[in-house]
Formats: sequence, C-alpha cells, structure tokens
Amino acid sequence: MSTAVPALEAAGLSKHFGALHVTRDVSLSLQHGARMALIGPNGAGKTTLVNLLTGVLKPDAGRLRLFGEDLTQASASRRTRRGLVRTFQISSLYTELTVFENVFIAVSECAGASFDLWRPAGKRIELLERTEALVERLHLHEDMHRKVSEIAYGRQRLVEIAIALAMKPKVLLLDEPAAGIPSNELHLLLGAIESLPAEIAVLMIEHDMEMVRRFATEVAVLVQGELLMSGTPKEVMSHSEVRAVYLGAAGTERFEGKVLAHAA
Amino acid sequence: MSALAFILLYGISYGLVLCLIALGLVITMGLMRIVNLAHGAFAAMGGYLAITLMQQQGWPYAPAVAAAVVGVAAIGVLTERLLYVRLYQRPELDQVLVTIGFNFVVIGVFTLLFGPNVLSITLPPALKGNVDLGFREFEVYRLMTAAICVGVIGVLWWIFERTLVGAKLRAAVDNRTMAQAMGINVPLLLSATFALGCALAALGGALGAPMLPMEPMWPLKYLVLVLVVVALSGHGQVRASVGVAMIVGIAETAGRYLFPQFGAFFIYLLLIALMVWRQDGLFVPRRAAGVA
Amino acid sequence: MTALPSDSILMRHGVRRGEVAWLLLAVACAFVFPEYLSVGTSVLVMVILVLSFDLLLGFSGVLSFGHAIFFGLGAYVAGWLSLAGWTEPISAVLLAGLAAALLALVLGPFVLRLTGLPLLMVTLALGVLVFEAAHKATGLTGGDDGLSGIRIAPVLGVFDWGLGGRTGYVYVLAWGVLIFALLKRVVSSPFGVALQGIRENPGRMRLIGNAVLPHLVLAYAISAAVAGMAGALFTQSNAFVGLGVFALDTSVDVLVMLILGGIGSLHGALIGAPLYMLLKHFSSQWNPFYWMLLIGVLLIAVVMFGRGGALGIARHAWQGLRGGRR
Repeated sequence: MSTAVPALEAAGLSKHFGALHVTRDVSLSLQHGARMALIGPNGAGKTTLVNLLTGVLKPDAGRLRLFGEDLTQASASRRTRRGLVRTFQISSLYTELTVFENVFIAVSECAGASFDLWRPAGKRIELLERTEALVERLHLHEDMHRKVSEIAYGRQRLVEIAIALAMKPKVLLLDEPAAGIPSNELHLLLGAIESLPAEIAVLMIEHDMEMVRRFATEVAVLVQGELLMSGTPKEVMSHSEVRAVYLGAAGTERFEGKVLAHAA
Repeated sequence: MSALAFILLYGISYGLVLCLIALGLVITMGLMRIVNLAHGAFAAMGGYLAITLMQQQGWPYAPAVAAAVVGVAAIGVLTERLLYVRLYQRPELDQVLVTIGFNFVVIGVFTLLFGPNVLSITLPPALKGNVDLGFREFEVYRLMTAAICVGVIGVLWWIFERTLVGAKLRAAVDNRTMAQAMGINVPLLLSATFALGCALAALGGALGAPMLPMEPMWPLKYLVLVLVVVALSGHGQVRASVGVAMIVGIAETAGRYLFPQFGAFFIYLLLIALMVWRQDGLFVPRRAAGVA
Repeated sequence: MTALPSDSILMRHGVRRGEVAWLLLAVACAFVFPEYLSVGTSVLVMVILVLSFDLLLGFSGVLSFGHAIFFGLGAYVAGWLSLAGWTEPISAVLLAGLAAALLALVLGPFVLRLTGLPLLMVTLALGVLVFEAAHKATGLTGGDDGLSGIRIAPVLGVFDWGLGGRTGYVYVLAWGVLIFALLKRVVSSPFGVALQGIRENPGRMRLIGNAVLPHLVLAYAISAAVAGMAGALFTQSNAFVGLGVFALDTSVDVLVMLILGGIGSLHGALIGAPLYMLLKHFSSQWNPFYWMLLIGVLLIAVVMFGRGGALGIARHAWQGLRGGRR
C-alpha cells in the first residue's frame, strides 16, 4: 500500500491575473484516505488554488492528476463526475425545501434518475434509502423533514456536506466548512468530519485551528500564493515563520488547546 | 434622401421621449433593484394630468406639464411609501405580480375617469405648425420636445457622473448596506429617487402625448418598448440608455414607414434577437471567460 | 426507512380526497346546472391551460408572458385540421399538442437561457410578435374574423356534439382528468423533483452535475403540449377560433388565475380558473372596467397578504382549525 497512485496530485500550479501572481508553482499530493488542511492568511490565494483544483479556473502552468488521470484541462463538471467534489464557504442550498429533499435531489442526480418522468420519486426506494443513510451519517436525523431555512446554521453547513457526499466523491475539498458557524455548534461539524468515509481523500481549507488540530494529519501553509511548507500539524505549528506570519499569539494558544473557544 | 431624413428626425424625437421614460425606470430599477412594471402607469398619469389641467382647468401648456410632473412625483412618493417599500425583500415574482396589479388598478381608474377612448391633447398655437430646417420641414412641437429631452438627459448625466449626489446614488446602487453604514440616509434616497423616476416618466408622458396618445391601456401598450430599452441598457448607464432608445426609436419609425403592412413585427423581432444575444445589455462588454 | 411526511415534494403521487371531490363536483354540475354547460366547458378548458402554466411557473420557476403562443397554436391547428376535412376530435387534440411541443423545442433552447426580467420580456415580446403575425396572416387565421364553419365529428364515433353541450362538457372533462393524472405523474417523478430543485437554486443544480437547460426545455415542451391541447379543446368546444387566443390578455389571465388559485401544487389550477371565470361572469354585469380595478386589487392582495392564493388561505385556515402546524 506504499507507492499507490495519489488520489489527487497537483504539480507546479501557477496562475496570474495580469501582473499579479496569485498562485506560484504550488505542488500538492493527497493520498487515498488523506486528511490534509490548507491554511494561510487571508489573501494568500487559497480560494484561487481551490478554483484551480476544481476546474473553475484553468492554470497558466502545471498539471493536475486525479488517480493518475490528467485532468488539467478538464471542465469543472467533468472533474465532479470523476469524483472531485467541493463544498462552499457560503452555503448554497434549496432553502425552501427540507433537509431530506435537499439531499435527495443530489442523490437522484448522481444516480442519473433526474430524467425519469414516470416513476414517483417517493417509490424509488433505493434513492430514499441512500438519502436517509447520508442524513443519518451526518446526524441530521432530527431535522430531516424540516425546511433548511429553519434549521441552525451549523446544521445547514452539514447539509452542504451531505450533498457533497451524495455525489460519491473520491476526493473532497472542503472550503472553510466552519465559516459562519457559531462556536457552540462547531462540535456538530467536527463530528461530521470525523465520520467522513475513511477512503475519501479530504483537503480542508480552514482558519479555525481547533478544526485543524482535530482533523488533519498533514498541514500545508500557503502564503502569498506559494507553499511555505507542509508537514504534520506539530511540525507546522512549531515552525517559527508560520507562527509569525499566520497565527499570532492567540492563534497559537488555541492550537495548543490552551483556550477552548467552544463549550464542551 | 428625404425618407432617410424623415426616419431620422421622427425616429430620434420619438426615441428621445422613450429614452426619458426609460431613464426614469433605469434609475428606479437600478437603485431599488425591484422589477417595476408599473412605470408606464406613472408616465400615463403625467399625460392625463397635463391634459386635464389644460382642458378642464384652462391652464396653459407649460405650467400644465410642469404641474403634472410635480403631481405625479408626489403620487410616486406616496406609492413608494405605501406599496413598494413592502416589495424590496420579496422575490422577483411577487414584485412582478404586485406591479402588474398596480397597473391594472391604474388602468381601471383611468377608464372610470376618462372613458375607454383615446384622449387627444391640443397643443398651444406656438407649438403647432412647422419649422423649416432647410432640407425639410419639421414640426415645432417635435423640435421642442427633442430639445427638452436632450437638456434633461444631459442634466441627469451630469448629475450622476459629475456630482456628489450622483456619486452617493451610485454608491447606494452598488452596495446599499455600505452606503447606509457611511451615513447615507437610504430610505430618503429611495423615496427621492423614486420620485425622480416618476417625474421623468410623467414628463415623457406629458411631452409625448401627441406622439403616444393617451388611453387607459397606455401603461400596458408601451410597457414592452420601455422595458426593452431598460433591459438592453445594462445596469444604470445613462449613455447606453440613450443609445438603445435611439436604436429603438429609429428602428420602429423605419419599420412603420418602410413596411407599414407589418406593423410592429420587425421591431419586436429585432428586440427579441438582441435580448437573447446580449442579455447583459447592448453596450456592456461580455463577461471575461475563465473567471469564476 | 422512515416514512416521509405527506406534504413532502417526494410524496405528490397518489390520489387525494380533494381531487376526487373536485371531480365529483364537476360531474354533478353537468346535471345540476344544465343551462351553464357551455360556460362550464370554457372553465374546464381554462383549468387545463392553467395546469400547463403551473408546470412551467409553479414547478420550474419559469415566468413566461407568452404562454398564449402555445394555446393559440393548438387552437388554430385544430381549426385547420377541421377545415381541411380532418374532423376526428381526439387525434386533432393530440396533433395540436404535438405542434405546440415542437414549437417549444425550437424556442426553448434560446429563451430558457434567460431568467428574471429578460426572460419576462422576451416571452412578452414573442407573444406580441406572434399576435401581430397572426393578425396580418389573414389567409391562415381569418384575421379579425377568425375561423368559423368548424365541424367536429362525434366523439369516438358515438357521442354527437348536440346543442345541449353535454357531450362537449364531458369530453373536455375527460381530457382534463387524463391530463391532470399525467401531469401529476410528471411532477411527482424524480424529473419533477429536479425541476423544483432548478426552481429553488439553479446554480446549485449545476454544481451537482445537472445541466439545467435540457430539463427546462423538456418542461417547456410538456407545458406547451398541454397548452396546445387546451387550445384545440377551445376550438372544438366553440366550433370557432379567433385571434383572442394569441392575445396578451390570455397570457396575463393564465398568470392571474394561477396566482389566485395558488402555484406549485397543480391544485391551484383547479380552484383558480373557476374562481376567476366566476368573478368575471358576475362582474361583467357591472361596468366592465371595474373588472380591471378588481383584478388589480385582488392580485396585489393575494400576493401581499394571500399566503399562496386561495389554496394557501384554505390550507392555513384548515391548519388553524386543527390546531396543528407543519
């Protein structure tokens, strides 16, 4: 199991807008089952990098491989179909529909059922069961039949993840999943991320150090479009440059678990 | 040659009036970001009010038009405070339906007050008759109307592009909450802007009454043309509106002059094609490819 | 697998008591009000037209002001078929629906790329364009006089179109039941669910791999087909067709009827069309221009305070009585 093909491999990705180099020669490798966090100060180019990885932007240089398949020039929807799925910093859900219905729509689309005009959706048992399984997995069972607009924001972020999982991802990019979640709801998200299927390779962009500490086995630091360093969380956090650039005193304390920002 | 001159002169003067009315809508829709299908109703109010003042109260032309403009602006503020203010947060469909409903109400009122037929306006003797432009004769009324429109549009352009008020307005269009945070009184600005939009509509309606005769169905009849000018102008661009209105005015006049048996057919075809092809607006550059 | 709540969008299949009650009521009317049969037939034609519009607006979120195009096309196709000697009614309705669907398949890929105000305006302009064209093409449409002398063969070879109008009523009602059942199938299918997803958040649909446009075009075609069939039924039940079928009024009427009844459940059409036609019938005793005023006020009231049309009001009242909430 040692030299397996990486799930996601980016080599030398670069992007510039005019004279502004937003991404400089970034290389990343995610193995099967990886749990990597990408951190960096605001303006470091994290969102651009995610857009490059998912195909929303095409790189000026560099290559991208998904399980060995070169997808550098592939469209975003093609990458999604090959198993590279992302979630969004700002949730985009079907607000007037229930949680169950939200996930069902994704499950149905993934199963290719969305052109079935004849059989009632409520009788497609296999789709309903898969939907329920996903809802259970993310501990959304209580809110299953409530409108998305009526549930707590933290839970809405979980629906976002459920929809991503519905698409049967092999590589999952989570773009600031904790963004906007009040601290007393963060545990929901942590639980959800911990229960992600082990075989999925996950890359998480996050600011919240508690999340990074709990979740990541590897951390990459992006500063001004370049990869400053990557390594285990401990290695990265003890690197003086990282601390200086990114964390500041308060951040370091949070990371070392000295200050718990949320109630148990 | 004379056909060309005819088409240009009449098309431009017609287009200018359309432009005036459309600008009022560009301003209100741009700032308030609501779909206001009832704009034509205010324009028609301007025409009807001016005619009533002239014919029933015996007012002379200029004061009647001026009073109509002020009167409709006041009605506009009232409508905004009572009705439109509840629409800002509503989905687009609701806005469409309520403004159409308002249109119907106004049309009903017009019918009750003025009867279902066309109401014509009698111009003062000074404006009747023609002026000799050298290559052909042209109605004095149209010349005057065109001049007023150009003047008003010019002032508007100057206000929006060159003054502080204009800058504030544009800021409020771009980012309402920021503008509010900076101390700009947004509700006041909204009411004032709506009043301005209605005033422009009323002026267009009153000035244009000989060209676009007043009848109860006026708001719906000219809705499409005005909306299309607005849609093709992109977001709140004065210059673009002028350009589009000119195209529409000239194309419509040309169509009616050259192919009278086809009526409005060609203009609508042209407009549909333009809308599908350039839905962001005629003079707005296409979004750059490859950006999220 | 836990049971889904009955008001979930995934549980729209299955016959509801209200639907059966409506059908029984409609059948009863044929016997209780035999002098109103022709009005009743017109109402039923409108019900079918509004059903088609609910699929488009209520379920797919497409606000079109040009729906009369398909109604009118279907109406004239039925007229042309009859004048050309093809008097069998059922096949004429099907052909009319097919013609309208084909037109929708041609227009859809262009028009449905638009949303919001541009969509509204292009459909409005298209509607007016078609009306103008029809007005000018007097050879085809009879112009202001319309097409008359339309003869329809007995339904299924047996039921004559007598003066009493009962055949017409039952015939249109039968079509209505069939169409309602088919549309119900469509909206409760995964396709129908996807349409509602597109209505709620088209951007999200794209992100989960749905191309959106093909779904909308298909919905547009189905909606057009039903509207075309309604048009054909209009022509057959009146033995006449005139330019009014293409008028902007028709497109706006359909919208108002749907809003009054309540959008997005198919049941709104069952209530909104009869309600509107009834109001129109009674207010025409007054000054007909009070009608505009009334409709305008109703429209504003329903949208501002109406909670989803007559259906929404009824639902809220019902829930209030039972003391429960969703």
